Amino acid sequence: MNTLLEPFAYGFFRHALMVSVLAGGLCGLVGVYVVLRGMSYIGHGLSHAIFGGAVAGAALLGAGAGASLGVGFYLGAGVFGIGAALLINVIARRRTIGADAAIGVVTSAAFAFGIAIISTQGGFSRNFEAVLFGYVLGVTMVDVLVVAAVAAAIALTVFLRYRQLLFATFDPEVAEVSGVRTDRTDVILALMLAATIIATMNVVGVMLIAAVLVIPPVIARLLTDSFHRMLWISVGVGASLGFVGVYLSYYLDVSSGATVVLTGATVFAVVYAWSAFKGRRAMVDALDAH
Amino acid sequence: MDPLIRLEKVTCRYGKDPVLVNIDLEVRPGDFIGVVGPSGSGKSTLLKTIAGSVSPIAGRIHREKGTAIGYVPQVETVNWFFPTTVREAVLMARSDGRVVPWSSKADVAEAEAVLERLGLGGLGDRHIRELSGGQQQRVFVARAMLRRPKLLLLDEPTSGVDVRTRHDVMHLIHELHHDGLAVVLTTHDLNGIAAHLPKIVCLNREVIATGSPRDVIRSDVLERTYGAPLEVLVHGGMPVVVEQYPEYDAASEGAQDLALREGHHEHPA
Repeated sequence: MNTLLEPFAYGFFRHALMVSVLAGGLCGLVGVYVVLRGMSYIGHGLSHAIFGGAVAGAALLGAGAGASLGVGFYLGAGVFGIGAALLINVIARRRTIGADAAIGVVTSAAFAFGIAIISTQGGFSRNFEAVLFGYVLGVTMVDVLVVAAVAAAIALTVFLRYRQLLFATFDPEVAEVSGVRTDRTDVILALMLAATIIATMNVVGVMLIAAVLVIPPVIARLLTDSFHRMLWISVGVGASLGFVGVYLSYYLDVSSGATVVLTGATVFAVVYAWSAFKGRRAMVDALDAH
Repeated sequence: MDPLIRLEKVTCRYGKDPVLVNIDLEVRPGDFIGVVGPSGSGKSTLLKTIAGSVSPIAGRIHREKGTAIGYVPQVETVNWFFPTTVREAVLMARSDGRVVPWSSKADVAEAEAVLERLGLGGLGDRHIRELSGGQQQRVFVARAMLRRPKLLLLDEPTSGVDVRTRHDVMHLIHELHHDGLAVVLTTHDLNGIAAHLPKIVCLNREVIATGSPRDVIRSDVLERTYGAPLEVLVHGGMPVVVEQYPEYDAASEGAQDLALREGHHEHPA
Protein backbone atom coordinates (compact mmCIF):
# COMPACT_ATOMS: atom_id res chain seq x y z
CA MET A 1 0.00 0.00 0.00
CA ASN A 2 2.80 2.34 0.92
CA THR A 3 4.42 1.64 -2.44
CA LEU A 4 1.21 2.67 -4.24
CA LEU A 5 0.98 5.91 -2.26
CA GLU A 6 4.69 6.63 -2.42
CA PRO A 7 4.58 9.08 -5.37
CA PHE A 8 1.99 11.26 -3.61
CA ALA A 9 4.66 12.25 -1.10
CA TYR A 10 6.33 14.34 -3.81
CA GLY A 11 5.01 17.82 -4.60
CA PHE A 12 6.02 17.59 -8.27
CA PHE A 13 3.97 14.39 -8.63
CA ARG A 14 0.89 15.91 -7.00
CA HIS A 15 1.14 18.88 -9.36
CA ALA A 16 1.63 16.53 -12.33
CA LEU A 17 -1.43 14.52 -11.35
CA MET A 18 -3.60 17.61 -10.86
CA VAL A 19 -2.56 19.16 -14.17
CA SER A 20 -2.95 15.93 -16.13
CA VAL A 21 -6.44 15.28 -14.72
CA LEU A 22 -7.49 18.85 -15.56
CA ALA A 23 -5.84 18.73 -18.99
CA GLY A 24 -7.37 15.32 -19.74
CA GLY A 25 -10.86 16.50 -18.78
CA LEU A 26 -10.42 19.70 -20.79
CA CYS A 27 -9.21 17.84 -23.88
CA GLY A 28 -12.11 15.39 -23.43
CA LEU A 29 -14.59 18.28 -23.42
CA VAL A 30 -13.21 20.19 -26.41
CA GLY A 31 -12.39 16.93 -28.20
CA VAL A 32 -16.10 16.05 -28.50
CA TYR A 33 -16.58 19.02 -30.83
CA VAL A 34 -13.26 18.33 -32.58
CA VAL A 35 -14.30 14.75 -33.38
CA LEU A 36 -17.94 15.43 -34.28
CA ARG A 37 -17.04 18.34 -36.57
CA GLY A 38 -14.24 16.37 -38.25
CA MET A 39 -11.66 18.85 -36.92
CA SER A 40 -9.06 16.30 -35.81
CA TYR A 41 -6.68 17.50 -38.48
CA ILE A 42 -7.17 21.10 -37.28
CA GLY A 43 -6.14 20.00 -33.76
CA HIS A 44 -3.03 18.36 -35.16
CA GLY A 45 -2.19 21.36 -37.34
CA LEU A 46 -2.89 23.96 -34.65
CA SER A 47 -0.59 22.20 -32.22
CA HIS A 48 2.23 22.55 -34.76
CA ALA A 49 1.45 26.24 -35.36
CA ILE A 50 1.44 26.80 -31.60
CA PHE A 51 4.84 25.13 -31.31
CA GLY A 52 6.21 27.55 -33.90
CA GLY A 53 4.76 30.49 -31.95
CA ALA A 54 6.06 29.20 -28.62
CA VAL A 55 9.58 28.89 -29.98
CA ALA A 56 9.44 32.32 -31.63
CA GLY A 57 8.11 33.86 -28.39
CA ALA A 58 10.88 32.23 -26.36
CA ALA A 59 13.52 33.45 -28.80
CA LEU A 60 12.20 37.02 -28.66
CA LEU A 61 11.30 37.31 -24.97
CA GLY A 62 13.42 34.58 -23.43
CA ALA A 63 12.52 31.08 -22.21
CA GLY A 64 11.71 30.43 -18.56
CA ALA A 65 14.29 29.17 -16.13
CA GLY A 66 14.70 25.40 -15.66
CA ALA A 67 11.64 23.42 -16.72
CA SER A 68 9.33 26.44 -16.57
CA LEU A 69 8.09 27.53 -19.99
CA GLY A 70 8.13 31.26 -19.32
CA VAL A 71 6.03 34.17 -20.56
CA GLY A 72 7.67 34.17 -24.02
CA PHE A 73 6.46 30.64 -24.73
CA TYR A 74 2.87 31.33 -23.71
CA LEU A 75 2.73 34.70 -25.46
CA GLY A 76 4.14 33.35 -28.72
CA ALA A 77 1.95 30.25 -28.52
CA GLY A 78 -1.10 32.41 -27.82
CA VAL A 79 -0.50 34.81 -30.72
CA PHE A 80 0.28 32.03 -33.21
CA GLY A 81 -2.46 29.72 -31.92
CA ILE A 82 -5.24 32.28 -32.03
CA GLY A 83 -3.93 33.78 -35.28
CA ALA A 84 -3.73 30.37 -36.98
CA ALA A 85 -7.18 29.34 -35.68
CA LEU A 86 -8.80 32.50 -37.04
CA LEU A 87 -6.90 32.35 -40.33
CA ILE A 88 -7.89 28.71 -40.92
CA ASN A 89 -11.49 29.64 -40.13
CA VAL A 90 -11.51 32.50 -42.65
CA ILE A 91 -9.81 30.50 -45.42
CA ALA A 92 -12.03 27.45 -44.88
CA ARG A 93 -15.21 29.59 -45.00
CA ARG A 94 -14.25 31.18 -48.33
CA ARG A 95 -14.24 27.68 -49.88
CA THR A 96 -11.88 28.68 -52.67
CA ILE A 97 -9.43 26.07 -51.39
CA GLY A 98 -10.28 23.11 -49.17
CA ALA A 99 -10.12 23.46 -45.38
CA ASP A 100 -7.51 20.68 -45.18
CA ALA A 101 -5.24 22.51 -47.63
CA ALA A 102 -5.71 25.78 -45.69
CA ILE A 103 -4.74 24.03 -42.45
CA GLY A 104 -1.73 22.43 -44.13
CA VAL A 105 -0.38 25.74 -45.44
CA VAL A 106 -0.99 27.87 -42.33
CA THR A 107 0.15 25.42 -39.67
CA SER A 108 3.11 23.95 -41.55
CA ALA A 109 4.42 27.45 -42.24
CA ALA A 110 4.15 28.35 -38.53
CA PHE A 111 5.82 25.06 -37.52
CA ALA A 112 8.63 25.61 -40.04
CA PHE A 113 9.11 29.09 -38.58
CA GLY A 114 9.68 27.50 -35.16
CA ILE A 115 12.14 24.96 -36.57
CA ALA A 116 14.03 27.75 -38.35
CA ILE A 117 14.35 29.67 -35.08
CA ILE A 118 15.51 26.56 -33.20
CA SER A 119 18.19 26.00 -35.83
CA THR A 120 19.50 29.51 -35.21
CA GLN A 121 19.60 28.81 -31.44
CA GLY A 122 21.94 25.84 -31.81
CA GLY A 123 19.49 22.96 -31.21
CA PHE A 124 16.86 21.88 -28.68
CA SER A 125 16.77 23.05 -25.10
CA ARG A 126 14.88 21.40 -22.23
CA ASN A 127 12.00 23.87 -22.69
CA PHE A 128 11.56 23.12 -26.38
CA GLU A 129 11.49 19.42 -25.60
CA ALA A 130 8.83 20.02 -22.94
CA VAL A 131 6.61 21.66 -25.56
CA LEU A 132 7.28 19.01 -28.19
CA PHE A 133 6.98 15.86 -26.08
CA GLY A 134 5.49 17.01 -22.78
CA TYR A 135 7.19 17.25 -19.39
CA VAL A 136 4.41 16.96 -16.86
CA LEU A 137 6.75 16.34 -13.93
CA GLY A 138 8.17 19.83 -14.41
CA VAL A 139 4.89 21.72 -13.93
CA THR A 140 4.52 24.18 -11.08
CA MET A 141 1.45 25.20 -9.10
CA VAL A 142 1.20 28.24 -11.40
CA ASP A 143 0.90 25.90 -14.43
CA VAL A 144 -1.83 23.97 -12.60
CA LEU A 145 -3.74 27.18 -11.94
CA VAL A 146 -3.35 28.28 -15.59
CA VAL A 147 -4.84 24.99 -16.84
CA ALA A 148 -7.59 25.18 -14.18
CA ALA A 149 -8.48 28.74 -15.25
CA VAL A 150 -8.58 27.83 -18.96
CA ALA A 151 -10.65 24.71 -18.20
CA ALA A 152 -13.11 26.75 -16.13
CA ALA A 153 -13.44 29.42 -18.86
CA ILE A 154 -14.03 26.81 -21.57
CA ALA A 155 -16.49 24.84 -19.43
CA LEU A 156 -18.42 28.06 -18.79
CA THR A 157 -18.43 28.87 -22.53
CA VAL A 158 -19.74 25.39 -23.34
CA PHE A 159 -22.40 25.76 -20.64
CA LEU A 160 -23.61 29.12 -21.92
CA ARG A 161 -23.37 28.20 -25.63
CA TYR A 162 -24.27 24.53 -25.33
CA ARG A 163 -27.36 24.62 -27.53
CA GLN A 164 -25.87 26.79 -30.26
CA LEU A 165 -22.66 24.73 -30.36
CA LEU A 166 -24.66 21.50 -30.56
CA PHE A 167 -26.95 22.68 -33.38
CA ALA A 168 -24.06 24.21 -35.34
CA THR A 169 -22.09 20.97 -34.95
CA PHE A 170 -24.92 18.66 -35.99
CA ASP A 171 -26.52 20.67 -38.77
CA PRO A 172 -24.81 24.02 -39.50
CA GLU A 173 -27.02 24.97 -42.45
CA VAL A 174 -30.30 24.54 -40.60
CA ALA A 175 -28.79 26.07 -37.46
CA GLU A 176 -28.02 29.19 -39.50
CA VAL A 177 -31.59 29.29 -40.81
CA SER A 178 -32.86 28.84 -37.24
CA GLY A 179 -31.08 31.91 -35.93
CA VAL A 180 -27.77 30.43 -34.75
CA ARG A 181 -24.77 32.54 -35.79
CA THR A 182 -22.62 29.67 -37.07
CA ASP A 183 -19.77 32.02 -38.01
CA ARG A 184 -19.58 32.96 -34.33
CA THR A 185 -19.75 29.37 -33.09
CA ASP A 186 -16.98 28.41 -35.53
CA VAL A 187 -14.73 31.16 -34.13
CA ILE A 188 -15.59 30.21 -30.53
CA LEU A 189 -14.68 26.58 -31.20
CA ALA A 190 -11.43 27.50 -32.96
CA LEU A 191 -10.43 29.73 -30.03
CA MET A 192 -11.40 27.08 -27.47
CA LEU A 193 -9.25 24.57 -29.33
CA ALA A 194 -6.28 26.94 -29.51
CA ALA A 195 -6.59 27.79 -25.80
CA THR A 196 -6.81 24.08 -24.89
CA ILE A 197 -3.66 23.22 -26.84
CA ILE A 198 -1.72 26.16 -25.40
CA ALA A 199 -2.76 25.36 -21.83
CA THR A 200 -2.01 21.64 -22.07
CA MET A 201 1.01 21.60 -24.38
CA ASN A 202 3.51 20.91 -21.62
CA VAL A 203 1.46 17.96 -20.31
CA VAL A 204 1.49 15.71 -23.37
CA GLY A 205 3.44 17.83 -25.85
CA VAL A 206 2.30 19.22 -29.20
CA MET A 207 3.28 16.00 -30.98
CA LEU A 208 0.71 13.95 -29.03
CA ILE A 209 -1.98 16.51 -28.22
CA ALA A 210 -4.14 15.51 -31.19
CA ALA A 211 -4.37 11.98 -29.77
CA VAL A 212 -5.47 13.27 -26.35
CA LEU A 213 -8.13 15.40 -28.05
CA VAL A 214 -9.47 12.50 -30.10
CA ILE A 215 -9.24 9.34 -27.95
CA PRO A 216 -11.62 10.28 -25.06
CA PRO A 217 -14.53 11.43 -27.30
CA VAL A 218 -14.12 8.43 -29.59
CA ILE A 219 -14.33 6.09 -26.57
CA ALA A 220 -17.35 8.06 -25.32
CA ARG A 221 -19.03 7.82 -28.73
CA LEU A 222 -18.71 4.04 -28.64
CA LEU A 223 -20.45 4.02 -25.26
CA THR A 224 -23.45 6.29 -25.92
CA ASP A 225 -25.82 7.57 -28.62
CA SER A 226 -26.68 10.74 -26.70
CA PHE A 227 -24.76 13.99 -27.13
CA HIS A 228 -24.92 15.25 -23.54
CA ARG A 229 -23.91 11.84 -22.18
CA MET A 230 -21.02 11.78 -24.67
CA LEU A 231 -19.79 15.11 -23.26
CA TRP A 232 -19.80 13.84 -19.66
CA ILE A 233 -18.26 10.47 -20.54
CA SER A 234 -15.54 12.09 -22.66
CA VAL A 235 -14.58 14.49 -19.85
CA GLY A 236 -14.52 11.58 -17.35
CA VAL A 237 -12.47 9.36 -19.67
CA GLY A 238 -10.01 12.19 -20.45
CA ALA A 239 -9.50 12.99 -16.75
CA SER A 240 -9.14 9.29 -15.85
CA LEU A 241 -6.62 8.70 -18.64
CA GLY A 242 -4.64 11.71 -17.37
CA PHE A 243 -4.61 10.25 -13.84
CA VAL A 244 -3.80 6.65 -14.83
CA GLY A 245 -1.27 7.66 -17.49
CA VAL A 246 0.77 9.89 -15.20
CA TYR A 247 0.54 7.40 -12.33
CA LEU A 248 1.77 4.57 -14.57
CA SER A 249 4.53 6.72 -16.04
CA TYR A 250 5.98 7.15 -12.55
CA TYR A 251 6.43 3.39 -12.09
CA LEU A 252 7.29 2.57 -15.70
CA ASP A 253 9.70 5.51 -15.95
CA VAL A 254 8.30 6.34 -19.39
CA SER A 255 7.36 9.77 -20.79
CA SER A 256 4.05 10.84 -19.22
CA GLY A 257 2.55 12.10 -22.50
CA ALA A 258 3.31 8.83 -24.26
CA THR A 259 1.91 6.83 -21.31
CA VAL A 260 -1.35 8.82 -21.32
CA VAL A 261 -1.79 8.28 -25.07
CA LEU A 262 -0.88 4.57 -24.93
CA THR A 263 -3.25 4.01 -22.00
CA GLY A 264 -5.98 5.75 -23.99
CA ALA A 265 -5.27 3.67 -27.09
CA THR A 266 -5.49 0.48 -25.00
CA VAL A 267 -8.82 1.51 -23.46
CA PHE A 268 -10.10 2.43 -26.93
CA ALA A 269 -9.11 -1.01 -28.29
CA VAL A 270 -10.94 -2.76 -25.43
CA VAL A 271 -14.09 -0.62 -25.76
CA TYR A 272 -14.06 -0.99 -29.55
CA ALA A 273 -13.79 -4.79 -29.30
CA TRP A 274 -16.56 -4.85 -26.69
CA SER A 275 -18.90 -2.65 -28.78
CA ALA A 276 -18.20 -4.74 -31.91
CA PHE A 277 -19.03 -7.91 -29.92
CA LYS A 278 -22.17 -6.27 -28.51
CA GLY A 279 -23.22 -5.15 -32.00
CA ARG A 280 -22.76 -8.66 -33.37
CA ARG A 281 -24.71 -10.13 -30.45
CA ALA A 282 -27.57 -7.69 -31.09
CA MET A 283 -27.60 -8.64 -34.78
CA VAL A 284 -27.67 -12.37 -33.95
CA ASP A 285 -30.47 -11.79 -31.40
CA ALA A 286 -32.46 -9.82 -34.00
CA LEU A 287 -32.03 -12.61 -36.57
CA ASP A 288 -33.05 -15.24 -33.99
CA ALA A 289 -36.18 -13.25 -33.19
CA HIS A 290 -37.34 -13.46 -36.83
CA MET B 1 -53.28 38.99 -48.13
CA ASP B 2 -49.74 40.31 -48.06
CA PRO B 3 -47.06 37.87 -49.10
CA LEU B 4 -45.05 36.19 -46.34
CA ILE B 5 -41.98 36.70 -48.45
CA ARG B 6 -41.25 38.48 -51.71
CA LEU B 7 -38.08 38.19 -53.77
CA GLU B 8 -37.48 41.01 -56.24
CA LYS B 9 -34.80 40.61 -58.91
CA VAL B 10 -32.70 38.54 -56.51
CA THR B 11 -29.28 37.34 -57.67
CA CYS B 12 -27.08 35.04 -55.59
CA ARG B 13 -23.71 33.53 -56.30
CA TYR B 14 -21.12 31.22 -54.77
CA GLY B 15 -17.67 32.47 -55.70
CA LYS B 16 -17.71 33.87 -59.22
CA ASP B 17 -20.58 31.79 -60.58
CA PRO B 18 -24.14 33.10 -60.25
CA VAL B 19 -26.47 30.43 -58.88
CA LEU B 20 -29.67 32.44 -59.02
CA VAL B 21 -30.29 35.32 -61.45
CA ASN B 22 -33.05 37.95 -61.28
CA ILE B 23 -35.46 35.83 -59.28
CA ASP B 24 -38.95 37.24 -58.71
CA LEU B 25 -41.06 35.13 -56.39
CA GLU B 26 -43.84 35.61 -53.87
CA VAL B 27 -44.98 33.19 -51.20
CA ARG B 28 -48.38 34.00 -49.73
CA PRO B 29 -50.15 32.48 -46.72
CA GLY B 30 -51.65 29.15 -47.78
CA ASP B 31 -49.39 28.74 -50.82
CA PHE B 32 -48.12 25.26 -51.70
CA ILE B 33 -45.30 25.63 -54.19
CA GLY B 34 -43.07 23.03 -55.79
CA VAL B 35 -39.73 24.13 -57.23
CA VAL B 36 -38.45 21.88 -60.04
CA GLY B 37 -35.34 22.01 -62.15
CA PRO B 38 -32.22 20.03 -63.02
CA SER B 39 -29.37 19.38 -60.57
CA GLY B 40 -27.38 22.56 -60.02
CA SER B 41 -30.29 24.76 -61.07
CA GLY B 42 -30.29 26.60 -57.72
CA LYS B 43 -33.29 24.93 -56.05
CA SER B 44 -31.60 24.48 -52.67
CA THR B 45 -30.04 27.94 -52.87
CA LEU B 46 -33.48 29.40 -53.52
CA LEU B 47 -34.80 27.76 -50.32
CA LYS B 48 -31.78 29.01 -48.34
CA THR B 49 -32.28 32.50 -49.76
CA ILE B 50 -35.92 32.46 -48.70
CA ALA B 51 -34.82 31.19 -45.27
CA GLY B 52 -32.24 33.94 -44.98
CA SER B 53 -29.06 31.87 -44.74
CA VAL B 54 -27.86 32.92 -48.21
CA SER B 55 -27.61 36.65 -48.85
CA PRO B 56 -28.26 37.97 -52.36
CA ILE B 57 -25.64 40.11 -54.10
CA ALA B 58 -28.41 42.01 -55.90
CA GLY B 59 -32.15 42.48 -55.54
CA ARG B 60 -34.38 42.77 -52.49
CA ILE B 61 -36.12 40.39 -50.14
CA HIS B 62 -39.17 41.49 -48.18
CA ARG B 63 -40.24 39.35 -45.23
CA GLU B 64 -43.49 39.95 -43.41
CA LYS B 65 -42.69 40.84 -39.82
CA GLY B 66 -42.88 37.82 -37.51
CA THR B 67 -42.79 35.22 -40.26
CA ALA B 68 -41.13 32.22 -38.62
CA ILE B 69 -39.66 29.76 -41.10
CA GLY B 70 -39.18 26.02 -40.61
CA TYR B 71 -36.49 24.40 -42.75
CA VAL B 72 -36.26 20.68 -43.47
CA PRO B 73 -32.92 19.68 -45.06
CA GLN B 74 -32.32 16.83 -47.49
CA VAL B 75 -32.01 13.65 -45.43
CA GLU B 76 -28.94 12.73 -47.51
CA THR B 77 -27.08 15.63 -45.85
CA VAL B 78 -27.81 14.43 -42.30
CA ASN B 79 -24.99 12.83 -40.30
CA TRP B 80 -26.81 9.71 -39.11
CA PHE B 81 -23.93 8.71 -36.84
CA PHE B 82 -24.11 11.93 -34.84
CA PRO B 83 -24.90 11.09 -31.21
CA THR B 84 -28.40 12.48 -30.89
CA THR B 85 -31.69 11.02 -29.85
CA VAL B 86 -34.93 11.98 -31.60
CA ARG B 87 -35.90 14.30 -28.72
CA GLU B 88 -32.48 16.01 -28.69
CA ALA B 89 -32.64 16.54 -32.47
CA VAL B 90 -36.11 18.07 -32.33
CA LEU B 91 -35.28 20.33 -29.38
CA MET B 92 -32.36 21.82 -31.33
CA ALA B 93 -35.02 24.05 -32.89
CA ARG B 94 -35.08 25.96 -29.59
CA SER B 95 -31.36 26.80 -29.65
CA ASP B 96 -31.61 30.57 -29.82
CA GLY B 97 -32.46 32.70 -26.84
CA ARG B 98 -31.92 30.10 -24.10
CA VAL B 99 -28.77 30.32 -22.00
CA VAL B 100 -28.78 27.09 -19.98
CA PRO B 101 -28.04 23.76 -21.72
CA TRP B 102 -31.18 21.94 -20.66
CA SER B 103 -34.59 22.46 -22.24
CA SER B 104 -37.49 24.01 -20.35
CA LYS B 105 -40.39 21.76 -19.32
CA ALA B 106 -42.65 23.71 -21.69
CA ASP B 107 -40.26 23.09 -24.64
CA VAL B 108 -40.03 19.37 -23.84
CA ALA B 109 -43.83 19.13 -23.58
CA GLU B 110 -44.25 20.94 -26.91
CA ALA B 111 -41.65 18.70 -28.56
CA GLU B 112 -43.46 15.60 -27.26
CA ALA B 113 -46.77 16.97 -28.59
CA VAL B 114 -45.26 17.60 -32.04
CA LEU B 115 -43.68 14.13 -32.08
CA GLU B 116 -47.02 12.60 -31.09
CA ARG B 117 -48.81 14.54 -33.82
CA LEU B 118 -46.34 13.37 -36.45
CA GLY B 119 -46.67 9.73 -35.39
CA LEU B 120 -43.37 9.60 -33.53
CA GLY B 121 -44.80 9.36 -30.01
CA GLY B 122 -42.72 7.13 -27.74
CA LEU B 123 -39.64 7.32 -30.00
CA GLY B 124 -38.02 10.33 -28.29
CA ASP B 125 -35.23 8.29 -26.67
CA ARG B 126 -34.30 6.40 -29.85
CA HIS B 127 -31.18 7.30 -31.80
CA ILE B 128 -32.12 8.96 -35.11
CA ARG B 129 -30.42 6.14 -37.05
CA GLU B 130 -32.78 3.57 -35.52
CA LEU B 131 -35.85 4.92 -37.34
CA SER B 132 -37.35 4.01 -40.71
CA GLY B 133 -36.87 6.35 -43.71
CA GLY B 134 -40.28 7.99 -43.28
CA GLN B 135 -39.81 8.41 -39.53
CA GLN B 136 -36.38 9.98 -40.08
CA GLN B 137 -37.90 12.53 -42.45
CA ARG B 138 -40.64 13.26 -39.91
CA VAL B 139 -38.06 13.96 -37.17
CA PHE B 140 -36.77 16.89 -39.20
CA VAL B 141 -40.28 18.06 -40.03
CA ALA B 142 -40.95 17.93 -36.26
CA ARG B 143 -37.84 20.02 -35.61
CA ALA B 144 -39.02 22.58 -38.17
CA MET B 145 -42.51 22.58 -36.62
CA LEU B 146 -41.10 23.38 -33.19
CA ARG B 147 -40.17 26.80 -34.56
CA ARG B 148 -43.94 27.41 -34.95
CA PRO B 149 -43.46 28.43 -38.58
CA LYS B 150 -45.83 30.19 -40.92
CA LEU B 151 -43.74 28.95 -43.82
CA LEU B 152 -42.27 25.46 -44.16
CA LEU B 153 -39.37 24.90 -46.57
CA LEU B 154 -38.48 21.34 -47.53
CA ASP B 155 -35.44 20.45 -49.63
CA GLU B 156 -36.28 17.33 -51.65
CA PRO B 157 -38.36 15.71 -48.91
CA THR B 158 -38.96 12.57 -50.94
CA SER B 159 -35.56 11.96 -52.47
CA GLY B 160 -34.11 8.53 -51.83
CA VAL B 161 -37.25 7.08 -50.26
CA ASP B 162 -39.51 4.28 -51.49
CA VAL B 163 -42.99 4.85 -52.96
CA ARG B 164 -44.79 4.06 -49.70
CA THR B 165 -42.61 6.46 -47.69
CA ARG B 166 -43.01 9.11 -50.38
CA HIS B 167 -46.76 8.78 -50.05
CA ASP B 168 -46.59 9.04 -46.24
CA VAL B 169 -44.32 12.09 -46.33
CA MET B 170 -46.46 13.90 -48.91
CA HIS B 171 -49.61 13.04 -46.95
CA LEU B 172 -48.05 14.62 -43.86
CA ILE B 173 -46.98 17.75 -45.78
CA HIS B 174 -50.47 18.11 -47.25
CA GLU B 175 -51.93 17.85 -43.74
CA LEU B 176 -49.64 20.58 -42.45
CA HIS B 177 -50.58 22.75 -45.43
CA HIS B 178 -54.24 22.05 -44.77
CA ASP B 179 -53.69 23.26 -41.18
CA GLY B 180 -52.63 26.66 -42.52
CA LEU B 181 -48.92 26.43 -43.26
CA ALA B 182 -47.48 27.85 -46.46
CA VAL B 183 -45.21 25.23 -48.02
CA VAL B 184 -42.36 25.49 -50.52
CA LEU B 185 -40.58 22.29 -51.48
CA THR B 186 -38.04 21.29 -54.09
CA THR B 187 -38.35 18.05 -56.00
CA HIS B 188 -36.98 16.11 -58.95
CA ASP B 189 -40.17 14.07 -59.15
CA LEU B 190 -42.33 15.71 -61.81
CA ASN B 191 -45.03 13.03 -62.01
CA GLY B 192 -45.16 11.77 -58.43
CA ILE B 193 -44.96 15.14 -56.65
CA ALA B 194 -44.91 18.28 -58.79
CA ALA B 195 -47.92 17.40 -60.94
CA HIS B 196 -50.06 17.14 -57.78
CA LEU B 197 -49.18 20.58 -56.39
CA PRO B 198 -51.25 23.71 -57.00
CA LYS B 199 -48.27 25.80 -58.11
CA ILE B 200 -44.93 24.97 -59.71
CA VAL B 201 -41.84 27.10 -60.27
CA CYS B 202 -39.52 25.87 -63.03
CA LEU B 203 -36.01 26.97 -62.18
CA ASN B 204 -32.71 26.87 -63.99
CA ARG B 205 -30.73 29.64 -62.32
CA GLU B 206 -33.59 31.92 -63.37
CA VAL B 207 -37.32 31.38 -63.17
CA ILE B 208 -38.32 29.76 -66.48
CA ALA B 209 -42.04 29.55 -65.70
CA THR B 210 -44.51 29.75 -62.82
CA GLY B 211 -48.03 28.40 -62.71
CA SER B 212 -50.29 25.40 -62.23
CA PRO B 213 -49.11 21.95 -63.41
CA ARG B 214 -51.23 22.31 -66.55
CA ASP B 215 -49.60 25.65 -67.36
CA VAL B 216 -46.05 24.58 -66.61
CA ILE B 217 -45.67 20.87 -67.27
CA ARG B 218 -45.46 21.30 -71.03
CA SER B 219 -42.82 20.08 -73.44
CA ASP B 220 -41.60 23.56 -74.39
CA VAL B 221 -41.30 24.75 -70.77
CA LEU B 222 -39.59 21.56 -69.61
CA GLU B 223 -37.17 21.66 -72.52
CA ARG B 224 -36.18 25.21 -71.56
CA THR B 225 -35.86 24.16 -67.91
CA TYR B 226 -33.95 20.91 -68.34
CA GLY B 227 -32.23 21.58 -71.66
CA ALA B 228 -33.52 18.28 -73.07
CA PRO B 229 -36.70 17.32 -74.91
CA LEU B 230 -39.35 15.77 -72.66
CA GLU B 231 -42.64 14.41 -73.97
CA VAL B 232 -45.76 15.30 -71.98
CA LEU B 233 -49.04 13.39 -72.24
CA VAL B 234 -52.32 14.23 -70.55
CA HIS B 235 -53.84 11.35 -68.59
CA GLY B 236 -57.10 11.84 -66.69
CA GLY B 237 -56.69 15.59 -67.02
CA MET B 238 -53.22 15.46 -65.47
CA PRO B 239 -49.99 16.14 -67.34
CA VAL B 240 -47.63 13.16 -67.30
CA VAL B 241 -44.00 13.45 -68.30
CA VAL B 242 -42.87 10.49 -70.39
CA GLU B 243 -39.29 9.52 -69.76
CA GLN B 244 -37.87 7.62 -72.73
CA TYR B 245 -34.49 5.97 -73.02
CA PRO B 246 -34.75 4.21 -76.41
CA GLU B 247 -31.25 2.74 -76.25
CA TYR B 248 -31.95 1.07 -72.85
CA ASP B 249 -35.67 0.52 -73.16
CA ALA B 250 -36.61 -3.16 -72.71
CA ALA B 251 -39.62 -2.71 -75.02
CA SER B 252 -37.40 -1.24 -77.73
CA GLU B 253 -34.91 -4.09 -77.24
CA GLY B 254 -37.76 -6.58 -77.67
CA ALA B 255 -38.90 -4.78 -80.78
CA GLN B 256 -35.35 -4.85 -82.14
CA ASP B 257 -35.07 -8.64 -81.47
CA LEU B 258 -38.40 -9.21 -83.17
CA ALA B 259 -37.37 -7.06 -86.15
CA LEU B 260 -34.12 -9.02 -86.51
CA ARG B 261 -35.91 -12.37 -86.30
CA GLU B 262 -38.37 -11.22 -88.96
CA GLY B 263 -35.56 -10.11 -91.24
CA HIS B 264 -35.91 -6.36 -90.67
CA HIS B 265 -32.62 -4.67 -90.04
CA GLU B 266 -33.70 -1.10 -89.35
CA HIS B 267 -33.01 0.16 -85.86
CA PRO B 268 -36.15 1.01 -83.94
CA ALA B 269 -36.83 4.74 -83.64
